Amino acid sequence: MHPAFSIIIFTTLSGLGYGLAGVLGLDLLDPAATATKCAHALALALISVGLLSSAGHLGNPQRAWRAFSQWRSSWLSREGVMSIITFVPLLVSAWASIAEGRYLALPGFLGAVLCAVTVYCTSMIYASLKSVQAWHTPLTPVCYLLFAAAGGFVLASVFAFAGGGNTRVLPLLAIVFLVAAWATKLRWRKRMKDLVPLSTPESATGLGNIGRVRLFERPHVTENYLTREMGFKVARKHAEKLWRIALVAGGVVPAVLLLALAALGGQGTLPVTIASLAALAHWAGVFVERWLFFAEARHSVMNYYGG
Amino acid sequence: MTSLPSLPTPKKLGLVIDLDTCVGCHACVVSCKEWNTGGYGSALSDQDPYGADVSGAWLNRVHSFEVVPEGGEVVGEAGQARIVHFPKSCLHCEDAPCVTVCPTGASYKRSADGIVLVDEDKCIGCGLCAWACPYGAREMDLAAGVMKKCTLCIDRIYNETLEEVDRVPSCVRTCPANARHFGDLGDPNSAVSILVAERGGMDLMPEQGTKPVNKYLPPRPRKSLAESAHTLPLAENTEGAKGFFAWLDGMLDRI
Repeated sequence: MHPAFSIIIFTTLSGLGYGLAGVLGLDLLDPAATATKCAHALALALISVGLLSSAGHLGNPQRAWRAFSQWRSSWLSREGVMSIITFVPLLVSAWASIAEGRYLALPGFLGAVLCAVTVYCTSMIYASLKSVQAWHTPLTPVCYLLFAAAGGFVLASVFAFAGGGNTRVLPLLAIVFLVAAWATKLRWRKRMKDLVPLSTPESATGLGNIGRVRLFERPHVTENYLTREMGFKVARKHAEKLWRIALVAGGVVPAVLLLALAALGGQGTLPVTIASLAALAHWAGVFVERWLFFAEARHSVMNYYGG
Repeated sequence: MTSLPSLPTPKKLGLVIDLDTCVGCHACVVSCKEWNTGGYGSALSDQDPYGADVSGAWLNRVHSFEVVPEGGEVVGEAGQARIVHFPKSCLHCEDAPCVTVCPTGASYKRSADGIVLVDEDKCIGCGLCAWACPYGAREMDLAAGVMKKCTLCIDRIYNETLEEVDRVPSCVRTCPANARHFGDLGDPNSAVSILVAERGGMDLMPEQGTKPVNKYLPPRPRKSLAESAHTLPLAENTEGAKGFFAWLDGMLDRI
């Protein structure tokens, strides 16, 4: 599948934003601290930029409002509806912290739950597609949720070191979710590699009972929408290298940095800088992971295009 | 509404494509493009149409496959391999995954005749329906930013201003090999249903659970050339010649 830049930006940034908003909703940062107020603003900004970016790949973005109508059947529509609903408790929580320095339990908890539901809806857009076998597994939503949680706790750790909260509990929780997220992703990737293709050129053409089927000629010599959108391929050697880059930048580096910071304890400029580096590394790693999520997935239509 | 019709549609209009007679001429492809670029919805645009990297939205395409039986060789006509030309367009599935994923209600399946259509005024061009379709039946029109797909020539089949013979999809009307048939696959007594029953019509990718309406007729079994060779009369042999040719044969022998 073609790894569209706008969709990678959308899923990674909104994942981080919803993760951070979820942590804030669980009252794990001091609502009166300046750092926490900044965290609220950052969470809302990440979510908004992510959602706006998702409109970037639309052919007719001016009609995007119509996407709120089909929540009965479409995960994309559900995701749109939930993202708007989730803004309500998140804005109330942010206002309570920023304006009054207070934590409100009901909007906080509700916001955290809705953040998880929205991320789940995003992941189900992909997991519901039977035509892309690599995505069509319950592990896909688990990965998305764990990555959102890991990213949320990594970002929350930055604000903890900036004076917003406990500098041992939050980094340690971040490490727990980093390990869980990458371990699940490892399983997800192993499943993808071990897949026996559900559809083959034989089943796609119905000619399997005559013999082995091989594409002789494409319908046309140049690329088309289908081959560009569904036929994206990444060289195997690069995929392995990129996977290792994702794992190191997105998992190992932030975990080691946060573990060191948690062991040393204390707040201040240096811990905040190092924790910020950990967060940036995590985002870069997840960005590569998300790129591979698309680039490595094979669509059943390629059975008709010899791919 | 992008939920599928709750009851089976009373009619299941669709195509039956005969892989035995299709000669791979691409006439249906061109005829489809010609009709649909001036018909329902926006024009089917092409990008860089006269350049080296031409590409565009087409609703019907013909692929060609090589099928090699177990132990068969791939040496031209001497081997067992055969070429099958394979036209592919929307299959108007009963369980159309492209319909249910649509976030705007632009994609829908008609409850009266089962035709899957896109309401282009509602389409936001997100492309998710093209991802959901396992067959690659939908292509984005990059100029209009909306999804295009086979309409089963909805503007022909019910069009009473056309001669009755023309009230079939453009691809069916144009096929010079009579490899494409149009009709109601929900009616077991329709000509297309009888054709499917007689020839063992099949579904594409049944494992995807889409229940396609369109059916494909498999190529008939083919004798190998070697098997047919002994039935060919040898040019040197004059046995069995009668009448004038028997006399000529005798005369020429004597000279």
